[in-house]
Amino acid sequence: MILKHIFKTAVGGLSTHKSRSLLTILGIVIGVAAIMIVMSLGKGAQDLILSQIQSIGSKTIAIVPGRQPKGPADIISTFTDSLKERDIVLLKRKENVPYLAEIMPIVFGTEVAAYGNETYRPTIIGVTPFFAEIYNIYPAEGENFTDDDVKSYSQVAVIGSKVKTELFGDENAVGKKVKIKGRNFRVIGVLPEKGQLSFLNFNDIVIMPYTTAQSYVFGIKYFNRLVAQADSEANVPQTAADIKATLRNSHNITDPSKDDFFVETQAQALETVGNITNVIKLFLAAVAAISLIVGGIGIMNIMLVSVTERTKEIGLRKALGATNKDILSQFLLEAVILTGLGGIIGIIFGTAISFGASFVLTKFLNLAWLFAFPLSAAFLGIGVSAAVGLLFGTYPAYRASQFSPTEALRYE
Amino acid sequence: MSFTPLIEVKNLQKIYKDGGVGTAALRGLSFGIESGEFVSIMGPSGSGKSTLLHIIGFLDRQTGGDYLFENRSIDGYSDEELARVRNKKMGFVFQTFNILPRLTVLENVKLPLLYSDTKESLWDEKAKQAVEAVGLGHRMNHESSKLSGGEKQRVAIARALVNDPQVIFADEPTGNLDSKSGQTVTSILQRLNSDEKRTIILVTHETAVAEHAERIIRIVDGKIESDQPVENK
Repeated sequence: MILKHIFKTAVGGLSTHKSRSLLTILGIVIGVAAIMIVMSLGKGAQDLILSQIQSIGSKTIAIVPGRQPKGPADIISTFTDSLKERDIVLLKRKENVPYLAEIMPIVFGTEVAAYGNETYRPTIIGVTPFFAEIYNIYPAEGENFTDDDVKSYSQVAVIGSKVKTELFGDENAVGKKVKIKGRNFRVIGVLPEKGQLSFLNFNDIVIMPYTTAQSYVFGIKYFNRLVAQADSEANVPQTAADIKATLRNSHNITDPSKDDFFVETQAQALETVGNITNVIKLFLAAVAAISLIVGGIGIMNIMLVSVTERTKEIGLRKALGATNKDILSQFLLEAVILTGLGGIIGIIFGTAISFGASFVLTKFLNLAWLFAFPLSAAFLGIGVSAAVGLLFGTYPAYRASQFSPTEALRYE
Repeated sequence: MSFTPLIEVKNLQKIYKDGGVGTAALRGLSFGIESGEFVSIMGPSGSGKSTLLHIIGFLDRQTGGDYLFENRSIDGYSDEELARVRNKKMGFVFQTFNILPRLTVLENVKLPLLYSDTKESLWDEKAKQAVEAVGLGHRMNHESSKLSGGEKQRVAIARALVNDPQVIFADEPTGNLDSKSGQTVTSILQRLNSDEKRTIILVTHETAVAEHAERIIRIVDGKIESDQPVENK
């Protein structure tokens, strides 16, 4: 029997029970759609995060207190107090880190800010004026604080756009005073609307000199992290190594495995984030794949029903000269067409949903989200679903092929 | 007519095993059928006549004795070869028609061609010829489920004819039909025998139907009771 006719026969067999066939493939549709969504949104999220890391600049090196997180439990240990003012002084020395262009300490935390009767809980960030350069964000109104403000512990603040609206509404904020931790801070600038950038929502922050934040807001003497910049991209690895050496020296550490800080270059950050998101993506896809197996069992179930129902037809076809192989191919192809069709519908649905989601994310959450059509996932989806059809269609098809023509014909 | 019969059974036996208990359906039959003969196999229900037809129609195998088709023992055929012989040399007509309802008349008649090595370009022509031969030319593209019983059986005959078989097996072809339709069907079978010299083997329990043949083999309890030519033929 020619493949074309096996195909025609199989399609004919399926089209007799259109609604049943459609219901049967629902499991496959959902499974493949889920894989598509996970892969597409996963890719979008990954691209977004990576592009944000990249936007911070390829010369940037982050120094984080605590041990490098190897798992979720380690995250907590990053909130330690190992980085202090003394470290900055040492790192700034040319003999220690020759290619260092800039270094900025960061302290942060959430505190209540009040203006009149209005209160709000922004993220307070203590930095140096270099912050504006590194994140490419400059006040839309007013101005930034200066290095002198840092030196003199000035009680000044630059506020995010949302903080401004929440506290001041339509009023002009520059020159007014907000109360944080019982102290007054003069608003000298308002940031433009920027939105989420990696872990920070820039609309939701209050920036001030780190000295001010340390003494008047958080009451600490250490930094939550340091951000350094090498003078060129080529010098990043050397600078990272120099920073490590300087800090180990300063902290009296001889064994690198006992480091109480870790240094992360952008390349490492990209790799780390890429790895993490890949693992998450694959894990989610694997979960979605389970529904394919469930769908496959559904297909097997319906194929068995269909084979039993059509016992007489099978007997007739055999009487008319169909070989076991012909019958096997017919029913196997029916299963594969079912799952293949499910795969295609799933890809269409999954793509539509991912596209809708990326639209919502860009439009309403202000994210620089790019819709990604995961071609590999599409091929994977069709391939896997066809394989599911083969796998779960084999048993019913084999059963059908083994019917003896006389018994099949006698079947009522 | 050749001297070796088309169909030859020797001490044919069939025992159905069901849960260790054997039921003998055929208890040693021997006869031969020449090419071009029209033979009726008669007997009450349970006599084994359908079992016999299934075996000589290559749909089943015997459990004892031997069956030679064209002088070759069925034991020498693989299942696939049996299917090929059924397709090329045999046509079947069943009591319950066994027409696929969702297909048109023409599509039903084409079914055996699907499993044959006939060129696809000839399918339409062959199928149309067969449909014309049973007088259903005007129903060619009708959905089969909408046909009357008699018409369905004629479609089944057309389907049996389409591969130009040597022998047509008809298992109670009139059993589900009113007498008028039944007569049409038997007269078509008779014409296929007399005009086209096809071998017809007809299983029935109705004497009136059986007497269209040239010869009647009567079976009772899995044994041949009589094997006689029909008189006044």
